[in-house]
Amino acid sequence: MNASTPSADNRLTQRFAQLRKAGRTALIPYLTAGDPYPDATVDFMHTLVAAGADVIELGVPFTDPMADGPVIQAACERALVHGTSLRDVITMVARFREDDAETPVVLMGYYNPIDRLGLESFADKAQTAGVDGVLIVDLTAEEAPEVVPSLAAANLSPVCLIAPTTGEARIKLICENAGGYIYYVSFKGVTGAASLDTDALAGQIEPIRRATDLPIGVGFGVRTPDNAAAVADVADGVVVGSVLVGQIAAHLNDVGAAQSALSKTLGAMRAAIDTQDSSRKAGQKQEGEHA
Amino acid sequence: MSTTENMNPTIDPAAGLKAHAWRDTPDVRGHFGPYGGRFVAETLMAPLDELATAYAEAQQDPAFKAKLDADMADFVGRPTPIYHAERLSKKAGGAQIWFKREDLNHTGAHKINNCIGQAMLAVRMGKTRIIAETGAGQHGVATATVAARLGLTCVVFMGSEDMRRQATNVYRMRLLGAEVRPVESGSKTLKDAMNEALRDWVANVDNTFYIIGTVAGPAPYPAMVRDFQAVIGRESRRQMLERSGKLPDALVACVGGGSNAIGLFYPFLDDESVKIYGVEAGGDGIESGRHAAPLSAGVSGVLHGNRTYLMQDDNGQIMGTHSVSAGLDYPGVGPEHAWLKDIGRAEYVSVTDQEALAAFHECTRIEGVIPALETAHAVAYAQRLAATMSPEQSILLNLSGRGDKDMGSVAEAAGETL
Ligand SMILES: Cc1ncc(COP(=O)(O)O)c(C=O)c1O
Repeated sequence: MNASTPSADNRLTQRFAQLRKAGRTALIPYLTAGDPYPDATVDFMHTLVAAGADVIELGVPFTDPMADGPVIQAACERALVHGTSLRDVITMVARFREDDAETPVVLMGYYNPIDRLGLESFADKAQTAGVDGVLIVDLTAEEAPEVVPSLAAANLSPVCLIAPTTGEARIKLICENAGGYIYYVSFKGVTGAASLDTDALAGQIEPIRRATDLPIGVGFGVRTPDNAAAVADVADGVVVGSVLVGQIAAHLNDVGAAQSALSKTLGAMRAAIDTQDSSRKAGQKQEGEHA
Repeated sequence: MSTTENMNPTIDPAAGLKAHAWRDTPDVRGHFGPYGGRFVAETLMAPLDELATAYAEAQQDPAFKAKLDADMADFVGRPTPIYHAERLSKKAGGAQIWFKREDLNHTGAHKINNCIGQAMLAVRMGKTRIIAETGAGQHGVATATVAARLGLTCVVFMGSEDMRRQATNVYRMRLLGAEVRPVESGSKTLKDAMNEALRDWVANVDNTFYIIGTVAGPAPYPAMVRDFQAVIGRESRRQMLERSGKLPDALVACVGGGSNAIGLFYPFLDDESVKIYGVEAGGDGIESGRHAAPLSAGVSGVLHGNRTYLMQDDNGQIMGTHSVSAGLDYPGVGPEHAWLKDIGRAEYVSVTDQEALAAFHECTRIEGVIPALETAHAVAYAQRLAATMSPEQSILLNLSGRGDKDMGSVAEAAGETL
């Protein structure tokens, strides 16, 4: 940790500390806020928590989501039909907080809406609403120093991306500015594009472990409970996005059905991760006894 | 053109050039003042670093320069002439208007200057697949052309709306062996094509080189594309001195992303007597909101990898743009233009669809030069500006491309069918 990361604990750091102590892997679902319409989002968030979410990544819709595949692009377009703005998303978090004071929420999106609202104003409003972390997809480590201090001052963790193309020197640079957790992008591509190569994952995460004590979440290719379990084997968090957003897209005219689908999909992943976590603990215990 | 050519023959370097704000731009991180930089997903940082390094090495390599110059001469047809548009000047009733004839380049516009440079870099880097975004199709055609010549696989992303408007160019690209991929997302125009090209690049960084068609995108693109286009300004500066014995009093160029404009402007930045005007697409008029003039009516923001002026709403969402010319239909602009505007070195104005169409017809009728609709915006402003100047003064206009591609749009605007 260094000066730019939040000094005080927030829900995000606390949650990961608890999970680490319990030997559990975080399940981190992503949804685009305002999809299919603004009033659905807070209910969806509670659904995710009930189905086993440890952290929620809430996507801020943007007209030009250049790192996202067709599923999340379409979600952004649906949300923007209703004019879902960054202010609206912050308000949704405040409403979520009325019934859930515990689950950390990370806003994920592109820089321009934040820039337009004004960095200080954004940080202040987000903190007040109960946001815990911010992941700005197109904010590179080179540009981050202009942004991170304002986030840190509002006790918002700057969650950062690391990609398969990121070399060791950049990994260090990125970790210096990062807080909350590291989001490892499991393949070269946009969200929802491919399935992750779980065999390669352990080796890819290794240099990040050397550079930071922050927990590492893996996302961009997690589609099935098996994927989730495989990621849980090597990482501290499993991020699931396009599969969930796809469930919403499949039930556009029936929010109740979308809710059940979200619950079922995420619940299956939770179960797979828990099984993985228990068998790992059992394995560690055995190793301990043999030693 | 050689590297030893003195870019500023009328200025004595020993007399001390002022420490101009543009002299050291961009900085090492690609910033032009507060603009530019790199705002991309992390996956693209390594390929951008690789590109920046390869470009820096190529710049130091005399063989690269020699090959580029040879291609510019034999394949593109450079140097392009400057031409005194006497009848247009007389009609405007003031300053002499000169055209820098980029329309005479192979493929019909300035775009190829940049494509040749980037494609040579791609080959040097061992990349076998080229991708590009295109609006009017001119950059797509130029890219497909150099890809055909170099035997590279080529995929061009184009908004489905633009494919409809520029059907002939789509066919041309296909003849050249390129795959044209329709983009259905967002507004289905240039900005969405650029999103899609960036997405493709993220997924194919190992073998793919992204040839961006204008001075936008993350660093090093804005400076690199400028350098490849600056041949326009270097040639015409020398040609104006040769032909008229003095520098022009004003430069005029249309601004979409801003590559033809910066290509003309850059070698003149230190010539303080030369006024510089960039002409944006005013569409139905700035006050109508239906235009593509971010420098005239936009605010600073971040899109497609850099900070610049953008057409955006109060929530930071990018706005739809409108222009009769597909090549100017873009909500952003190169970061160096944003900077030149802020420091006052260049002035940015706008011309409406109607004014551009009128200038298109006039230029065609009385000069026998059919300008591209993009270029017609610059022609319209040059006429307006000339009228306020004296006959001893001169305006150098970048005739960035020819209008053959625009027959359909022009006919449509006149209520005719081809
Ligand atoms: C002839 C011509 N001029 C100008 C432009 C605008 O691009 P830029 O502003 O990068 O020169 C285009 C783009 O397609 C073009 O075809």
